[in-house]
Amino acid sequence: MAGKLRVRVDQEKCQGHARCRSLAPELFELDSFGNAHEAGDGSVPPGLEDKAWLAQSNCPEMAIEVIEE
Amino acid sequence: MSDHAPVTDWVHDFDHTDPRWTENPYPIWETLRAAGPVVHTERFLGCYMPTTFDAVKQVAYDTEHFSSRRVVVRDVRPETVPAPPITSDPPEHKPAKQLLLPSFTPDAIKKLEPRVRAICNELIDGFIDERGCDAAARYSRHIPVRTIAHMLGIPESDGDQFIKWIHEILELGIKEQAILMKAVQEMIAYFAGHIERRKKAPTDDLITTLMNARDKDGQPLSDLHVQGTLRLLLIAGIDTTWSAIGSSLWHLARMPADRERLLAEPELLPTAIEEFLRAYAPVTMAREVMKETEIGGCPVKPGNMLLLSFPAANRDPAVFPDADKVVIDRKQNPHAAFGLGIHRCIGSNLARMEMTVAVEEWLRRIPDFRLDPAGKVTWSEGTVRGPRQLPMLFGKA
Repeated sequence: MAGKLRVRVDQEKCQGHARCRSLAPELFELDSFGNAHEAGDGSVPPGLEDKAWLAQSNCPEMAIEVIEE
Repeated sequence: MSDHAPVTDWVHDFDHTDPRWTENPYPIWETLRAAGPVVHTERFLGCYMPTTFDAVKQVAYDTEHFSSRRVVVRDVRPETVPAPPITSDPPEHKPAKQLLLPSFTPDAIKKLEPRVRAICNELIDGFIDERGCDAAARYSRHIPVRTIAHMLGIPESDGDQFIKWIHEILELGIKEQAILMKAVQEMIAYFAGHIERRKKAPTDDLITTLMNARDKDGQPLSDLHVQGTLRLLLIAGIDTTWSAIGSSLWHLARMPADRERLLAEPELLPTAIEEFLRAYAPVTMAREVMKETEIGGCPVKPGNMLLLSFPAANRDPAVFPDADKVVIDRKQNPHAAFGLGIHRCIGSNLARMEMTVAVEEWLRRIPDFRLDPAGKVTWSEGTVRGPRQLPMLFGKA
């Protein structure tokens, strides 16, 4: 059983493709320019782990970090 | 007229306007990739092409050695014509792009969705009672024309004129500088009229947004900047999405299993759209080499252009398993159809929405369709690739 996950968007790398937002709207938010950041403190609620990994693997800029805690 | 000699050696003499590249570029890219991470041609006054995903990414991220001041590879190097932010390098790029970004977020674009759905249905009403139609001429090309006209606040009925300019700038203009410059002048005159009218009566559209924009010193944008951005929005917003919608329908016309699956599982459509974007990415950009550097150990010298093929990057098997197969439920798909780095296409959310709605409405109303064997599918050449004739028959075969 894996531990809890956290997601983090690297603000230097994000270019606003918004793939994370469309694949995992529970975990990511967009600012007024359309650039992404993690929702809240980035904690991934139980059951949404697959979405965190999916968002990470679809980011063209490799801007998403998934941290296993 | 400067017709190009046919290519006999793709690796040392590539030409992205060769009819074979236009017709079926994928085996050519495979040949180039096998030769190395970057290839060169003496055509176009000297031009490189990175062949792998990693090499394309390296160039896209490196704004020091590779400038965006010219974003189309042409036979000549005409005087640069700014169209910010696509032709801007740092530090001018970021403020020019930030002016536009709020109008193109997913939430802003969502407000346009009902209009796009209505446009699609009006178009389908026009041909659904026939036995088939040219889906490029009567459907895919009109959707982005009308949508971007709606956003800019210019008449949708001027669409044929927009398409003529785009053809002249992006296709004919590769080989004929006079055609390119004439089209640019005509567009400047066209937008000048629309700008003048808004000085007296402002409207709620992107032209007015740009006219009201202020730079960091509180000054209005120059006419050159406003005009350049308007040309960019019109040019970049049309044949790109037209191509992407057309390629998606072209795929579905030939692949009944994928069509049936999308009809049975409509929730799969956004995933399928990403795969169509990867496999049939329409847009190839360019950079100009400003300083000597290396790509994958190969020296790259200033004075050359560089063909930045996001479509070729998307077919790199090192990043995408079965890269030449179209897998409509592909899970890991970090494709570069909208570019990489600071120049990520500002219209990506708009293009995705238009593609999704266009395919959704077509499938809903015309679930069975196939290519008309009596017709011929033709593709645009050069910077943007997509079907320009797409003859279809409706109903079961």
